Amino acid sequence: MDDYDIKEPLEDRLQKIRLEEEHIKEQRRILQLQENSIKEERQELVSEQEMLDQVMEEFKKKELLLKDREKELSLRQGLLDKRSKQAQSFKDREDFRLIFEKSRDLHQAHYIDRPEVPSKDPNDFFAKNLLRSSLPIPTLGELQVVRHFSLLSERNFSVDSNFYPLGSCTMKYNPKINDELSDLSGFIDIHPLQCQQDVQGALQVIFNLEQLLCRITGLKRFSMQPSSGAQGELCGMLMIKKFHQISGKKKNTVIIPDSAHGTNPATAAMCGFKIQIVKSNSKGLVDLDYLNSLVSEDTAAMMLTNPNTLGLFEENITEIAEIIHKKGGFLYYDGANLNPLMGFTNPGLMGFDVAHFNLHKTFSTPHGCGGPGAGVIGVGEKLIDFLPVPLVGKKENIFYFDYSPCNSIGRLRSFYGNFSILVRAYAYILRLGERGLARAASNSVLNANYIKEKLKKTFDLPYDKTCMHEVVFSCSRQRERGASALDIAKRLIDYGIHPPTMYFPLIVKEALMIEPTETESKQTLDYFIKSLEKIDREIDQDLQNIKDSPHTSWVKRVDEVKAARFPDLRCKIIGD
Amino acid sequence: MKGLLFSNSHEWVKIDHDIATVGISDYAQSQLGDVVFIELPQEGSSFDKNSQFATIESTKTASEVYMPLSGEVIKVNSELTNNPQWINNDPYDKGWIVKLKIKNISETESLMKDDAYKDFVEKEAH
Repeated sequence: MDDYDIKEPLEDRLQKIRLEEEHIKEQRRILQLQENSIKEERQELVSEQEMLDQVMEEFKKKELLLKDREKELSLRQGLLDKRSKQAQSFKDREDFRLIFEKSRDLHQAHYIDRPEVPSKDPNDFFAKNLLRSSLPIPTLGELQVVRHFSLLSERNFSVDSNFYPLGSCTMKYNPKINDELSDLSGFIDIHPLQCQQDVQGALQVIFNLEQLLCRITGLKRFSMQPSSGAQGELCGMLMIKKFHQISGKKKNTVIIPDSAHGTNPATAAMCGFKIQIVKSNSKGLVDLDYLNSLVSEDTAAMMLTNPNTLGLFEENITEIAEIIHKKGGFLYYDGANLNPLMGFTNPGLMGFDVAHFNLHKTFSTPHGCGGPGAGVIGVGEKLIDFLPVPLVGKKENIFYFDYSPCNSIGRLRSFYGNFSILVRAYAYILRLGERGLARAASNSVLNANYIKEKLKKTFDLPYDKTCMHEVVFSCSRQRERGASALDIAKRLIDYGIHPPTMYFPLIVKEALMIEPTETESKQTLDYFIKSLEKIDREIDQDLQNIKDSPHTSWVKRVDEVKAARFPDLRCKIIGD
Repeated sequence: MKGLLFSNSHEWVKIDHDIATVGISDYAQSQLGDVVFIELPQEGSSFDKNSQFATIESTKTASEVYMPLSGEVIKVNSELTNNPQWINNDPYDKGWIVKLKIKNISETESLMKDDAYKDFVEKEAH
């Protein structure tokens, strides 16, 4: 009651209280109003919340729907991927179909009209067992044939399209003029059974080629029969065997260096000889002491290539010849590596008695994948009588088939060798001439040494000395970092370069054997060197990429074990 | 590798009385690469020490396997014909090649124990 003055008149005090009451009422009313508005707002909030909940629910529903659709989409994507993969593999398989398979679903194509003259029934002329009732050759329209072979040619990796440094194979450029000349009508429109007066030109080519080869190699006579290097070797070793047989000497062993081409021991074994391996010394050459310890009265021959497969010149070749000859053995020359010697020295001078020469390598004819090749065989005086017949002779300006060798080992194949290859080699030799051949030889040596010097910082060089036409590196350091010689060779394909020879010769671990040949330019060699340096750096940057290579070729990395153990060699109809 | 003897052409021998089991070493298989074929000798055939008795072909090369001891082959691991990869995966156990009746036990003296062989391989690798 402190607020009220007791002395104030009652009336006033009442009035004050009324006023106060009024004020309180007013306040209450305002409060009520505020309360109402809060209630309203709350109501609004609740309904908003309800709305939100509804939206949320719809949202969730939509989200679920979306997820479902996403799932469906990814399923569809998967299906699409699968289908496109199927389509791709179908396309691949279609592209890789053999021409026999392609012809299956097409109608018979007729190129040849029925003859206008009356025809006779073959049954009237031939015995029944000589006639066939059907001939399942491809029957395609011209367009299909053109497409088939155009596609195949696109997939081909050849000297004409890319650098091909395949060691020991001499993949040099094959001048087109060789092909043009071998296609002359006088050469292709003749038959091997024609009488020799009618084919004097062809015989003259064989005769002249023999003369030129004798000059280049220092040997006395040649037979053009062998169709490949391996067949040439077989021919040479058969002659040696027959020579010893006739002279009544028992000679059963053939000595072969540990760096030799694999065909050498294989050939000697095929001819029934026992093989003795002579080790290489620390310089990569035939170890003379070791050779002396092996050689005996039983030594029938030694097979050798010079320069050897390390690309090194056998400096002691005349001593080697002497060691073998002293025991009555023959020295056989594997002519695969003749290229760097032409015009400088020759197998005859070195003391070789018999040799095959791969005309398709040294004398530039297209080769690889099984030929046709020409592994002609040349001999010194002692073995002329043993050559396969017929040779070609000349008497009073007439060329004739010469069957005179009285101890001939016989024929190695039909007719007179792969004649068109002989024409190409003849054209090549004539076009280059003596000086040209020597320039080709020296450039092949220069190119190999350029690569050797440029790459010996990056790759191990097991025998660091001047090489001849090829150089052998080891990828041992690269293998320690994870990439083998095989991986590096495969990766080179992505750079548009054919892999060098790998894992050969056997005496170099992780070997890469590189033969650039004389026909490549410095630009190409530089590109090759840079590519190998780049691949070396890639080992540390992206090893897996190298392991998965090649990426750009038609056929990707092959499972080598599967390829060797389960080769798919049979022609079978696919796509059924 | 413990208890095995080795030749300097990288064959291993396990001696059990007069019977020797022969295979190629782990180092040899690693140098060969993936093996794809093996040509095995006939049971009952006899071989001199250091003579060739089998040929192993890998994706890289074909190489001969030589007898570390003279003797008669009494059993060949013919399962290798279908499983040549065992020579790579398990050269000392499933990859054994032949069992031999030893002709002359003193020939084992020229073979290396595992420690000596380890040194030998190290030298060869460098």
